Order: sequence, then C-alpha cells, then structure tokens
Amino acid sequence: MATKLPKPDELAKIDFTPPETGWMDTPVEIKPGMFCWGAKAKNLRAVEFPNARDWSPAEEDWKLPGEWEGTVLEAMADRLSKYRSFKLFMDICVRCGACADKCHFFIGSGDPKNMPVLRAELMRSVYRKYFTTPGKVLGKLAGARELTYDVLKEWWYYFYQCTECRRCSVFCPYGIDTAEITMMGREFTNLLGLNTDWIAGPVANCYMKGNHLGLEPHTIKSSIEFFLDDIETVTGIKIEPTFNRKGAEILFVTPSGDLFADPGTYTAMGYLMLFHELGLDYTWSTYASEGGNFGYFTSNEMAKRLNSKIYAEAKRLGVKWIIGGECGHMWRVLNQYMDTWNGPADFLEVPKSPITGTVFENAKSTKMVHITEFTADLIKNGKLKLDPSRNDHLKVTYHDSCNTARGMGLLEEPRYVIKSVCNNFYEMPENTIREQTFCCGSGTGLNASENMDLRMKGGFPRANAVKYVRDKHGVNMLANICAIDRATLKASMEYWVPDVTVCGTHELVANALVMKGEKERTQDLRLETLPGKEGN
Amino acid sequence: MKILFSFFTVVFLVLLVFAGATTGNKYVLFLFGVIIPYAAFATFLLGFIYRVVQWGRSPVPFRIPTTCGQQQSFPWIKQNKIENPSTTMGVIVRMALEVFLFRSLFRNLKTELRDGPKLSYGSDKWLWLAGLAFHWSFLIILIRHYRFFIGEVPSVIHLIESLDSFLQVGVPLVYITDAVILAAVTFLFLRRVYIPQVNYISLAADYFPLFLILGIAISGVLMRYFIKVHIVGVKELAMGLISLNFMAPAKNLQEIGVIFYIHLFLISVLFAYFPFSKLMHMGGVFLSPTRNLSNNSRMVRHINPWNYPVHVHTYEEYEEDFRDKMKAAGLPVEKE
Repeated sequence: MATKLPKPDELAKIDFTPPETGWMDTPVEIKPGMFCWGAKAKNLRAVEFPNARDWSPAEEDWKLPGEWEGTVLEAMADRLSKYRSFKLFMDICVRCGACADKCHFFIGSGDPKNMPVLRAELMRSVYRKYFTTPGKVLGKLAGARELTYDVLKEWWYYFYQCTECRRCSVFCPYGIDTAEITMMGREFTNLLGLNTDWIAGPVANCYMKGNHLGLEPHTIKSSIEFFLDDIETVTGIKIEPTFNRKGAEILFVTPSGDLFADPGTYTAMGYLMLFHELGLDYTWSTYASEGGNFGYFTSNEMAKRLNSKIYAEAKRLGVKWIIGGECGHMWRVLNQYMDTWNGPADFLEVPKSPITGTVFENAKSTKMVHITEFTADLIKNGKLKLDPSRNDHLKVTYHDSCNTARGMGLLEEPRYVIKSVCNNFYEMPENTIREQTFCCGSGTGLNASENMDLRMKGGFPRANAVKYVRDKHGVNMLANICAIDRATLKASMEYWVPDVTVCGTHELVANALVMKGEKERTQDLRLETLPGKEGN
Repeated sequence: MKILFSFFTVVFLVLLVFAGATTGNKYVLFLFGVIIPYAAFATFLLGFIYRVVQWGRSPVPFRIPTTCGQQQSFPWIKQNKIENPSTTMGVIVRMALEVFLFRSLFRNLKTELRDGPKLSYGSDKWLWLAGLAFHWSFLIILIRHYRFFIGEVPSVIHLIESLDSFLQVGVPLVYITDAVILAAVTFLFLRRVYIPQVNYISLAADYFPLFLILGIAISGVLMRYFIKVHIVGVKELAMGLISLNFMAPAKNLQEIGVIFYIHLFLISVLFAYFPFSKLMHMGGVFLSPTRNLSNNSRMVRHINPWNYPVHVHTYEEYEEDFRDKMKAAGLPVEKE
C-alpha cells in the first residue's frame, strides 16, 4: 500500500474550505493513496492501445508521446462532433453549484476539484481555449486556459477520481452528466497511454481470456465445481451445470468477480442453486465469461470490443435468450449501449420465462434479462418455495448500484426479491437510495488497493447511511446487486461500519430457497451455522 | 476581481450610452435607438440558431437518459412514467416539468457533516425558488413589453398586467414581477458571493449577466416609477422597429429621455451577448440527452450513426489459445 490509511475518525475530519488561490492557479498535487498505479506496457499492448510503456504517476515524467497536445485536441474535436452530450455539456453549464455537494468524492474529500461542476470545468476551460471565440480572445477572463502538462496531470488525477455514478446529473437542472465528461477525459488520457493498471489489466484479460480476472476456461469450470462441493455440503444436492453447451435455451453471463472472491462467490452459488431447482435449460460460457466491462472505463471502442463477446457467444451456442447476473455498470452497458454497439440480436428470441411463461417485453430487443427481473417474476408467480425465516438472523438493507438505479431504473425488482426472502428489511434514508443512491466509492475501476484513501473517502456517504440504519435498526447485512459492490463495500464496511457484512441478493435467495430433496439446512452458504441449529 | 470586472463592464456600458444619449445628437440617438437594437437582435437570432444547429449536428450515439424512478418492467410493478419514461409522452411531460418548473433543481439538498461523523441531507429549495422566480418574472415582463410593439394592446396583455399588479399599490401600480426579479437576481448574486463553493467556481461570465440584468431591471423600474420618459415616443420607436420601418421612429428620438436609452442599450447588449454565453442553456436544456430520451433501449434498438466495426477477439481465436486445456477439462470445442 502506498500510504498508511488514516483512522476513520481522522478521515472524517473533512475541510470544505476552498483554497485561497483560484482553482486555475492551484496546481494539482498527485497525492499517494488517491490514485492507482500506471498501466503496464504488456496490458496496453494486448489490446493495441497507444504509447504502451511502464510508467508511474508518482514520477515527474509520465513518458508522454511527442505531439501529445495535438493528439488530445484532435480527439476532442472528433468527440465534440460525435457526441451531442459532450458538446452540449461543454457549453450550457451555468455553474449554479447544485451538483457540488452531491458527489461522494467531494463530500468525502472536501477537495473543490471533486465538485462535479469543477471537475467538468477542468475540461471546459481547455475546450473554451481551443474551440470557442470568447475563450480564444479573452483567455482566462472567459474561463479558458491552455492545455499544459500540468493540466493534463490534473485531468488524469481527477477523471480517475470520478466513478461515473451520475448522481450529479440527477440534480442538474440541465441534466449535465459528469460521467459523459469523465468518459471523454478517460478516452483522451488513454490515447496517451495514461491508463491505470487496475483497469488495463482486466481489459487485457477480458479481451484475451474472456473475463477480467483472467480465468482460463478450465479454471472457470474448476472454480464453479468448487462451489458445487460447498452447495452439496449445505443442501445435500449435487448440481451439474453445463459450460459452452450448444442448444441450451439460455446463456447465463455474470461478472467474473462472482467466481473469484467472497462474498461474490456466495452469490454465484445462489445462481447455481436457483437454476438447478428450476431445472433451467441454461449454460455458462467460458468465452463470454464476463458481464462487467472495464473497457467502458477506457474508451467507447474498447467497451464495444469486450461487449461483442456476449452476442457472439449467444449466436454460436444457438441459445434463445440471455440472463445477466448481478452487476452494476454491466447493466448500464447492457441497457444503454449493447444493442446499439453490437445488435441487432435478431438471431435470438424475445425472452420468455420457461417457468412462468412471462414474456419480458421490456427486453424484447436486447433479449437480455436481469436476474432480479427473472427471479421477481418467479416469486410473484409462486414458483419458488421459500423459507425466509432462514434469514431471520439478518437485518438487511439494500444498496442500489449507481448504474442500475440511474442508468436503468431497476429499483423495485431487487427489493421485491429481498423482501420475499428476508423478514427483516430496512431502507436507508431516502436521500441515499434509489435514484439518489451513493456510489460505493470505488466504481469505474477504482477498486484497487493502492488508492484506499480515495476509496474510503468516496465510500464515506454510503457507509454513513449504512451506519444510520445499523444504529437505528440493528442492520447487519448490506445486500446489493453488483460485483464491484460486493468487493468494495466489504472493505468500506470493515473500515467505517465494522459489524455490517455484505452480500449479493441471490445469496439471500438461495439461503431461503427450499429445494427438492434437500437435507435439513443447518448452515448457510458461508458454511456458518444457522441460529437454532447449533445442536445438529 | 471577476466580480469587479463584470460590474465595471456594466458601469462602462451605462456610461457609454449615457454619454451618447445626453449629446442629443440625432445620429447618436439613431445608433442607440435603431441600429444597435437591430444589430443586437439579429445577432441574437442568428447566433441562437447557429448554436442550436451546431449542437444538432453532433448526433446522439447512445440512449443515455438519467433514470430517476422505476423502469418499465412487469404490470405489477408500478413504473414511474415521468422520471423514467419509456414513451414519447412520458418524455414530453418530463421535459415540461424540467423547463417550466425546474424539476431537477427542486430535488436540491444541502449536505452537512456533523459530529459523529454524521452526514445529513436537508431540503434546500432556495436556489430552486429564486431560479424559478427569476425566470418566470423575466418571462412575464418580456410578455408585458409586447404592448409597446402593437397598436391595440390585446386583452391577454391587459390580463397579465392586471394580474401582475393585483396588489393595487402605488401610482403607477406596482408590478409584482418588477419586485420579484430584483429580489431574485440579488439573491442569485449574493449566493454566488457568499457560498464559498459557488464563489470558487464562479467566472466573470457568471457575474456579468447578473449585473447586466440587474441594470436592465433597475433602469426599467426607474423609468416606470420615478423618471418619466416620453412614452408616446417610446411606443413609436418600438412599433417602427418591429414593422421594419427604419425612419419612422427617428422623429421623436430626442424627446424620449436618457434613461430609456440606457434600458434599451443594456437589453441590446444582453441579446447580442446571449448566443456567446452560458445563457444558451435556454436552448440547450431542450437538447439534453439525459433528459429528452426515453429509457426504452432494451425494447427498441437505438441507432448510432457512426457505429463502426471494431477489432474483436473471436471465439475461434480463443479456442486456438486454449483448446488443449478445454479438452482436458472436458469442455466442448469446435475443432478437435
């Protein structure tokens, strides 16, 4: 780790006073603990990204290619002509400041350059200088400035301190979405080889091996087989999922994080148990073994390249439709980008649940259904035998992922599922959930270990809302539908609210699921003894 | 510095027109009374159209509404058809709420850090209220001014005037919107100065229009309530301008009064400045892709006009890399 992380009490002493000097006259300071390591050359080479070399953001020299200013400005002109959002959002901000205290990174750090408006001004100031008449003529007076090495470093530092969570855009009177600006910031920095290894590594893995973690086909199979052993221990039931099977009705795609680390693994066990109980005709794929898309945190093109595997694999295997697992940004991509990039998926059929007969009209073009939609429909139609009392030792709250909330609107389905499988459910305060939900603090590929300062600062508002329901209702379980959440909220809870555990929604489902032929459950999926079953 | 620069720019503009108008020279008055207003209005019109067309030339490659409510899913889950619209009608209602009532700004919160540490989110509607008061009073005042440009004043204008002055105080009757716009602009200025974060982000381009509009409102109020102008001359000028009869208004220019020229000149500056500034948010709000698109991209394929083929890593290449391992693990392969 780069620096020793301060104690929570220390980190919560946040100074909101802006510096004496104006923001243009306050040079960026690249602080340890606030950034991720630079991308390694081999990971950029794997996906043909430019300026592949090993570099360190902590050093003075970032080994930029020659003529880098021209590269950025050319790319800026290109993106301005391709994205109305970008062009418009460069022009129409009135700097009313409504977004300022809506950003988790600003709330957690007090750094004015983390106010969404100022994060955007970092880019707008350069836009004005090179693309607007007042900026060209009046310069600084018009809020314009030149693109210098320092400005580039400032961009890099702050566009990798934004998780594209879009909370600011909910409050903006013009719907200005900082995510659109951060995405451009990241496109431009990527053209200069300025990525982080925590993003570039998974991108290279996903491109070559099919998933962010770089799990090779046999490893995916053996990881899942490992879960099957645990499931057998808990339920006495032996499950035999299939992989890369042609002719299955449904392809299942989930973030690879679910196969790798706790508590995501328990969520994966939940999927396996649910599908087995239903006798669902489905298959896993080792080629399209990633639901998430770290390419989305580098460039539009890379995101499309990674996403292409899902439809390609669905076509190769000849499935009818696709179910997607629990993941946040994955679902923003699937909802708002996939069909546009890689559609039309006319080789698939409009999704229809083989269990309930429900046709998923809202996914009739993409042909891809969210697993909580699928499960909510099962429960509503009484197709699952559930014993929610098995979750009675849990007091559960639910964290809306930024992307499923603000880039989709999947709000009630997961709540319906959770309330059906748990008897104790408590909402966090209304300004911190649904469309106003707070980011975990580590989205968009910021979930590394060297930037813990940043992550804990950004995670503070979410954690603080969890603390509120813990103190008020004794909440001890934070449910979510996102693989990044499962990894990052675990760290954030350990730091800010130590007695709250994190789980995926389908872990709760599987614990409550009464399966045909199961033995009496005495353990949950974590192999922890259920209360009242100690004697068994 | 930014505040002073903006303030003195407006002061300079006032002095400029004051110096010009007090000469009484008919050519100078023709400049301020006819030429500049025409030029300003033409700049506004052409500039506004140009900017909107420029925005329109950039396509909307992806369907990216910010969803602020429940999506359309099952019949038994209530969709929020306005905050997360899946139809054009929903989008129209969402946009109407945004444009007429500043829906998003209405959500505004004030985040506070208290001991504990404890974050609290209090409702903070002042910005919304002041913004709404400012824009609506500006619009009503603008509509009221229509009386100067038409021979017989239509009854709808009379109605607006009587509603606007229903308090029935003062001679002439005080318009509520006159008071409201002064108060709202003052509030918007003061919050820019006194809220540290807002102050930190403010540019000269944020203060200048405030001072300009304040100048317009003050000169207008002075003219209506305190410094009388030759109202017949004003109306002749206005009607001449709108009927494109360049020479007709020229005869009474000298009798109108200096304060009128100040008012008119500041308005001209505002109009001319408009297309080059953040004031273009007036047109931009309608084009914002996070608000004016329905969330139906899983139901209907959204087309990106510049979508291009990309280099992908195909299944065949993948199988080449891992065939032996796949076979050893009992995974099916395409080529044995």
